[in-house]
Amino acid sequence: MVLPDFSIALPEIFLACVAMALLMVGAFRGNKATSLISWLAVLSFIIAGLLVQFDGYSSVTTFDGLYRDDAYAVFMKTLCLGASAFAIIMSIDFNKREKLVRFEFPILIVIATLGMMVMISANDLMTMYMGIELMSLSLYVTAAFKRDSVRSTEAGLKYFVLGALSSGMLLYGVSLIYGFTGTTNFDVLAGLFTSGEEDAGIGLLIGMIFMIAGLAFKVSAVPFHMWAPDVYEGVPTPVTAFFAAAPKVAAIALFLRVFVTPFGELVEQWQQIIVFISIASMILGAFAAINQKNIKRLMAYSSIGHIGYALVGIAAGTEEGVRGVLIYMAIYVVMNIGTFACILSMRHRDGMVEDISELAGLSKTQPWMAFFFLIFMFSLAGIPPLAGFFGKFYIFIAAVNAGLIPLAVIGLVTSVVGAYYYLRIVKIMYFDDPAEGFEPTSRTQSIIMAAAGLFISFFVIFPGPLLDGAQAAAAVLFP
Amino acid sequence: MLDWPILSTVTFLPLIGVVLILLTSGKEESAARNARWVALWTTLFTFVISLFIWINFDNNTAAFQFVEKSSWLGNNINYHMGVDGISMLFIILTTFLMPLCILASWEAITVRVREYMIAFLVMECLMIGVFCALDMVLFYLFFEAGLIPMFLIIGIWGGGQRVYASFKFFLYTLIGSVLMLVAMITMYFIAGTTDIPTLINFSFDPHLQLWLWLAFFASFAVKVPMWPVHTWLPDAHVQAPTAGSVILAGVLLKMGGYGFLRFSIPMFPEGSEYFAPLVFALSVIAIIYTSLVALVQKDMKKLIAYSSVAHMGFITIGVFTFTQQGLEGGILQMISHGIVSGALFLCVGVVYDRLHTREISRYGGLVNRMPRYALIFLIFTMATIGLPGTSGFVGEFLILVGAYQVNTTVAFLATIGVILGAAYSLWLYRRVVFGELVKDDLKNIMDVGRREILIFTPLILVAFWIGIYPEPFMDVMHASVVNLMDQHETAMQASKTILNAAK
Repeated sequence: MVLPDFSIALPEIFLACVAMALLMVGAFRGNKATSLISWLAVLSFIIAGLLVQFDGYSSVTTFDGLYRDDAYAVFMKTLCLGASAFAIIMSIDFNKREKLVRFEFPILIVIATLGMMVMISANDLMTMYMGIELMSLSLYVTAAFKRDSVRSTEAGLKYFVLGALSSGMLLYGVSLIYGFTGTTNFDVLAGLFTSGEEDAGIGLLIGMIFMIAGLAFKVSAVPFHMWAPDVYEGVPTPVTAFFAAAPKVAAIALFLRVFVTPFGELVEQWQQIIVFISIASMILGAFAAINQKNIKRLMAYSSIGHIGYALVGIAAGTEEGVRGVLIYMAIYVVMNIGTFACILSMRHRDGMVEDISELAGLSKTQPWMAFFFLIFMFSLAGIPPLAGFFGKFYIFIAAVNAGLIPLAVIGLVTSVVGAYYYLRIVKIMYFDDPAEGFEPTSRTQSIIMAAAGLFISFFVIFPGPLLDGAQAAAAVLFP
Repeated sequence: MLDWPILSTVTFLPLIGVVLILLTSGKEESAARNARWVALWTTLFTFVISLFIWINFDNNTAAFQFVEKSSWLGNNINYHMGVDGISMLFIILTTFLMPLCILASWEAITVRVREYMIAFLVMECLMIGVFCALDMVLFYLFFEAGLIPMFLIIGIWGGGQRVYASFKFFLYTLIGSVLMLVAMITMYFIAGTTDIPTLINFSFDPHLQLWLWLAFFASFAVKVPMWPVHTWLPDAHVQAPTAGSVILAGVLLKMGGYGFLRFSIPMFPEGSEYFAPLVFALSVIAIIYTSLVALVQKDMKKLIAYSSVAHMGFITIGVFTFTQQGLEGGILQMISHGIVSGALFLCVGVVYDRLHTREISRYGGLVNRMPRYALIFLIFTMATIGLPGTSGFVGEFLILVGAYQVNTTVAFLATIGVILGAAYSLWLYRRVVFGELVKDDLKNIMDVGRREILIFTPLILVAFWIGIYPEPFMDVMHASVVNLMDQHETAMQASKTILNAAK
C-alpha cells in the first residue's frame, strides 16, 4: 500500500494537532490559561500561514484526488487565517471585560478555521461537506457561547436549526449530483461536462440548485439570509466579527471552486440563479439596512449586500470575475475587521452599547476612532480613493465584460442607496452633538483599527501585491 | 518644459500642509491659529508653484504638456497626468481661489479649525487632480473623492439645514457618477485602455456612443448642474459655510463643464451632435426658469445659487455649439464665473459674518455705513450681469456669438436670460445696499476690514483683467479648442461618409 502525500495537507494537519494540544492545556490549566491559549492559537495561525506559503503554488492533489492545493487555495487560506487570527485577538480583551473567559473559545475558532481550510482545498463533494460541517458545528457552539444570555442562546439555536436545514439541502444536492453523474470528484465532473458526455439533465440541475441553496445559506445571500441579522445581533460582538469575515471568505471560496471548476461548463444553467440571488442580496442589503438602529444588525445587512456584490463576480463566471471576487473578499475582510474593532470599542463605563445613536459626536470625544470609522464607512460605501471602491470596480469590470451590464447598473445603483446608511453613521459621528463619551479604546483595538484604516486608505498607492496575488490565484481555476 | 513633475507637485502639495497641521498639537486656541497659518502658506505656495505651469505652458500646441506617466493598476490603467489649453486655466483658478477661501474662513470658522483646514487642503488636492488626470480611473478617483471632504464641510460647518443639504449633495452626485462609472468600464472593455488621449482618438460605435454619452451626461449634468437636476445646488450653497460656497461655485461646478470638454465632445462626437438640441433645450430652460426663480428669492445666497445655475446654462450652450467662439467663450465664462460668483458669495459672507442672517429683507441702506463694501459688491454685480469691461461680458458675448451661428432661437432666448440676470442682480443690489438705513442693528455695522480688502483686491483685479484684456487667457486655449473642433469636424465627416455609403 502506498501512503498518500501528507505534505500537501500539512497546514491542516498542523492546525488539527494544535487544536488538540491546546485543548489539553485548557483541560489541565482551566480558564486561567485562556490568554495563553488565545495567543498560542494566533501563533499557530501564523505558522499555518507560513506553511501554506511554503507548500508552494503548484496545483497538486492528494488522498486519491480528494484534496487539492494550488495558488487559489493559498490566497484564500491566507485570508481566512488572517481573519481568524484578528478575530481571536479582538476577543481577548472583550471576553475579559465581559467575564466570558473560557478557554474553549480560541480552540473552537481554530477548529472552525481548520474546517474552512478543508473547504477551500476540497476537490471532492465529500471533502467539501466535511469541511463545511466541521466549520459549521464549531460556529454553532461559538454562537451560543454566552450561555447565560437568552439572546446569545437564541441566536445559537436559530443558527443551528437553520444551518442544519441548509446542510441537509446541500447534502441532498450532492446526492442528486452523484446519482446523475456517478461521481463526486471535481476533476471527473469537469471532464464529463467538457467532453460533452453528460448533458445537464433535469436531475443534475435540481442537484445544483440545492447546492446553491445550501451554499447561499452559508454566505447569507438572499433568500437564505434570514438568520444573519438575528444571529449577528444576538451573539457576543467578537463572534459577530468572526462570523462576518472568515466563514464568509471560506464559503465564497467554495462557491467559486465548485461553480467554476466542475460546473464551469454549465455556466448558462446556473448563471441566472446566481444573478437573481445577487440582485436580491444587493437590493435587500441596501434597503433593509436603512432603518436599523443596532450597529451589529446594520452590519449584518451590510454584509448581505456585500455578498451580493461578490456574487456579481461569480455570476460573470470568467477569470476576471474570479479575480474581482478575490480582490473584493480581501478588501471586505479588512474593512470588516476594522469596523468591528471600532464596534468593540463602543463601551460606556457600565458596559457595551450597540445603538448607533450612541456614536453621536464621536468626532469630538474620540477624533481618531471617529476618523477610522469614517474611513471604513466610506470604504464600505465604495467611495474612491478608498480600497472598497477598487473591490467594486474590479467586480463590475468583470460583469460588464461578461455582458451583464444590467446587473452592473443595478449593483451600482444599490450601492448609492447603501451609501445612505453608511453616511448616516458618519453624520451621527460628525454632525451631531456629543453623547456620553466612550471609555478609551484598548491598545489592541486601536492598533487593529489603525492598521486596517491605513491599508484601506493607502491601497490606492500600492495596489500591486493584492492585484497580482488575486490574478495568480484566479488563473489557477482556468487552466 | 520643466524636468520635474510639476503637476504631481501642485496636486499633492496641499497634502503636505495636511501633514503639518496634523503634527501641530497644543491647546485648542494655538492649534487653531497654527492650522490657519499653515493652510494659508500651503495654499499660497501651491498657487505660486502652479503659476510655473502657466509660465512654461506652450500656447502653440494642442498636445498634452507636462505629461507624467507611471504604471499603477496594471492592464493599461496608469497614473497619467498632463494638461492642455482646456484644463490648464482651471488649475490656476483652483489654486487662486484657495488662499482666498482660507482667508475668508479666518474669523468665520471658530470650531474645529484644524479639521476644517484639513478638509479644505484635501479638497484642493482632489480638485487639482481632476483637472490634471489623463486616465479615466484616475479622473474618477479625484472626481468622486471630492465628495467626502465637501460632505463634511457642509455637514459640520454648515447652517441649520446642513444635514439635509449634505446628504442631498452627496447622493445626487453619487448617483450620476456611478452611471458614468459603468460607461467608463464599458469603454475600457471595448478600447482596452482607460488612457484619455488614446480614447479621444478611438472611435466608438455611433449607436453605443449615444448610451455612453447619456451615462456621462448623467454625471456631468448633476455636477454643472443643469435643469432639472439642479435642486441640490441651492440647498448646498445656502447651508455651506462661505468658503465652501466659493469652492462649490468656483470650482466644483466647473468639473461638469470640464467633463463635457474632456470626455463627451471629443470621445463621443456623434453622441454630442445628436444630443446637442437636448442640451440647448435644458440650458435655455435653466437660464430663463432659474432666472425667474432667482427673482423671487428671499435669501441672498439662494439667489446667487440660482443665478449660478443660469450662468452655467450659458456655458453648456457655448460648449455644445462646437464653434470656436462658443467653446472659448464657454471656457472663459467658466473661469470668469468662478471668480465672480465666488466673489459674490464672499460678499454675502461679509455681511453674514456681521449679522448672521442672509435674508435680503433684513438689510437695506448699507451704502451709508459701508461705502467700500458697496463699491466691491457693485463691481461684482456688474460683472455677473456681464457689463462690458468686466470678465462676465467677454465670455457671455462669445457664447452668444457662437450660439447665433448655430441656432438663432437659442441665441435669442439666451439673451432674454441676460436681461433677467440684470434684473435680479440689480434688484438684489438695490434692496441690500441702497434705500434708507432704518434697521437698528445695521446702524453700527462695520465696513470691510483690511483682511477682507485683501481678499477682494485680487478678485477685482482679475475680473477687470479678463474683461479688458482677455488675450492671455484666450491664447492658452486657442490651439486646444481648434484641435477639438477639427476632431469633431473630422468625426462628423467620417460618419456622414459611412451613412452615405450605406445608402
